[in-house]
Amino acid sequence: MSNIKEIQNEIVDEFEMFDDWMQRYEHMIELGKSLPLIEDKYKIEDNLIKGCQSKVWVHAELQGDRLIFTADSDAIITKGIIAILIRAYSNQHPKDIIDADTAFIDEIGLKEHLSPTRANGLVSMIKQLKMYAVAYQTQLN
Amino acid sequence: MKVASTETGFDVETVRKDFPILSRKVNGYPLVYFDNAATSQTPQQVIDTIVDYYSRYNANIHRGVHSLSQEATDAYEQARLKIRKHFNAAKSHEIIFTAGTTHAINLVASGFSALIKEGEEVIVSALEHHSNIVPWQMLCEKTGAVLKVIPMNDNGTLNMNEFQNLLSEKTKLVFVNHVSNALGTVNPVKEIIEKAHGVGAAVLLDGAQAAPHIKADVQELDVDFYTVSAHKMCGPTGVGVLYGKEEWLKKLPPYQGGGEMISTVTFEKTTYADLPHKFEAGTPNICGGIAFGAALDYMNGIGFEKIAAYEHELLDYATVKLLEIEGLRIYGTSEEKTAVISFNIGDLHPYDIGTIIDKLGVAVRTGHHCAQPVMDYYKIPGTVRASFAFYNTKEEIDIFIEAVKRAKNMLS
Ligand SMILES: Cc1ncc(COP(=O)(O)O)c(C=O)c1O
Repeated sequence: MSNIKEIQNEIVDEFEMFDDWMQRYEHMIELGKSLPLIEDKYKIEDNLIKGCQSKVWVHAELQGDRLIFTADSDAIITKGIIAILIRAYSNQHPKDIIDADTAFIDEIGLKEHLSPTRANGLVSMIKQLKMYAVAYQTQLN
Repeated sequence: MKVASTETGFDVETVRKDFPILSRKVNGYPLVYFDNAATSQTPQQVIDTIVDYYSRYNANIHRGVHSLSQEATDAYEQARLKIRKHFNAAKSHEIIFTAGTTHAINLVASGFSALIKEGEEVIVSALEHHSNIVPWQMLCEKTGAVLKVIPMNDNGTLNMNEFQNLLSEKTKLVFVNHVSNALGTVNPVKEIIEKAHGVGAAVLLDGAQAAPHIKADVQELDVDFYTVSAHKMCGPTGVGVLYGKEEWLKKLPPYQGGGEMISTVTFEKTTYADLPHKFEAGTPNICGGIAFGAALDYMNGIGFEKIAAYEHELLDYATVKLLEIEGLRIYGTSEEKTAVISFNIGDLHPYDIGTIIDKLGVAVRTGHHCAQPVMDYYKIPGTVRASFAFYNTKEEIDIFIEAVKRAKNMLS
């Protein structure tokens, strides 16, 4: 099992192979297709992330001492973005998720998605993943 | 780009040279700016006016005895006269400078809370921008007045029969947009005004989307209030105008207290200044007001009839081309519309399309366009909205169409 940093580096390396933005978006769309989908029963208002122009649902549950995320979105690019985050943060210890830095987002050039006008709420997504981690961390203690 | 001579004899290439921003690149591609309904671009003539103001005569107005203050005051009041003339207001003090449409509507809504009583009714339309909904909801909460809604038809027009049914002697105010920002529908405002006046109700028209395309004559319309934002008509952001009939502006209490809007102040009693100053508390956006005047000069220099004719040419051209894309649906198909196309493709999310075509240099708006009730009506999360201005070209529409097709391929 790779740790978060290793996976983040792997993602950054992948994105570096592309030389233009259209290719990066194509890659993101592909990644979106491999997103571990949230079960329909969890697609509820409570699991919706606020601050996104598209809808994003995220669900988290513990398997042993690791936190597993599933998600979905009604927009394909958003699905790709959340898939990238989940790839890095899912199946990890809550404590590692809390401690993980987010510099890789800048490195793959997703930073422009951080601006509130883009309104797909990457910041909100990361915050939500970390909030889940905090909540489950207290359960583990 | 080749010289476009259009059917309307309008030389777009010459016009484009006035807009420095149009020659920039975005994400490595020439900018194609189709988000004009949100904010229009600024011609050099208006930019020069702004630079000139700050370079030569920046000073506070209506206050100083010194020359700079006098020059600034003259230029600001000159702009008010230009605006009066443009909208054909009877008197220049019926033109109130505001920060824009939102501010203007709030000014009127706030004033009406002193004039309206519990159980009385105000009518809004289903097509409104949130700016023309929320202030009135606040008014109703405060006063106990009742908000009624004119429903819309599938093609994005208003259901005028229902409007007729909503009107009664209880109706005090009707406020609708002249043109819908989400769909581009031009509403039958003359009919709305006549009918509302028939039951003694006042009418506010939100002209934010109309003013860039249609030269409204407030006297001919006989409208009670008309609002505009300069940034949608080649002017700067943060400035706009409320036109109000003198009789109404006299009846409404002031909106904000402060400097400029008073006649005398003692701790026992303050008397308010005459119109328009009663509604212009504090130091206004002086440069913005002057630049708004310059923007009107610029647009009138081209001529609104030419602008409208050319924009319709663009609208028709883009509509035909877009509809060739399989699965594309246009929302808002009124016969009377401005150069706005709101659309979706199949069940693709508008956000996805907007994001990808931005990477190809094309700027459009995606989302609910601050008109959630319209999106709810169609049961969609939003649309992609392309809105054209007179400085856009058919070549740009071709680029946009290709970008949309490419996005569609990537996403499906
Ligand atoms: C119809 C309509 N009303 C009101 C507004 C608000 O204008 P402003 O933000 O300039 O106050 C807009 C701007 O998007 C609009 O399109």
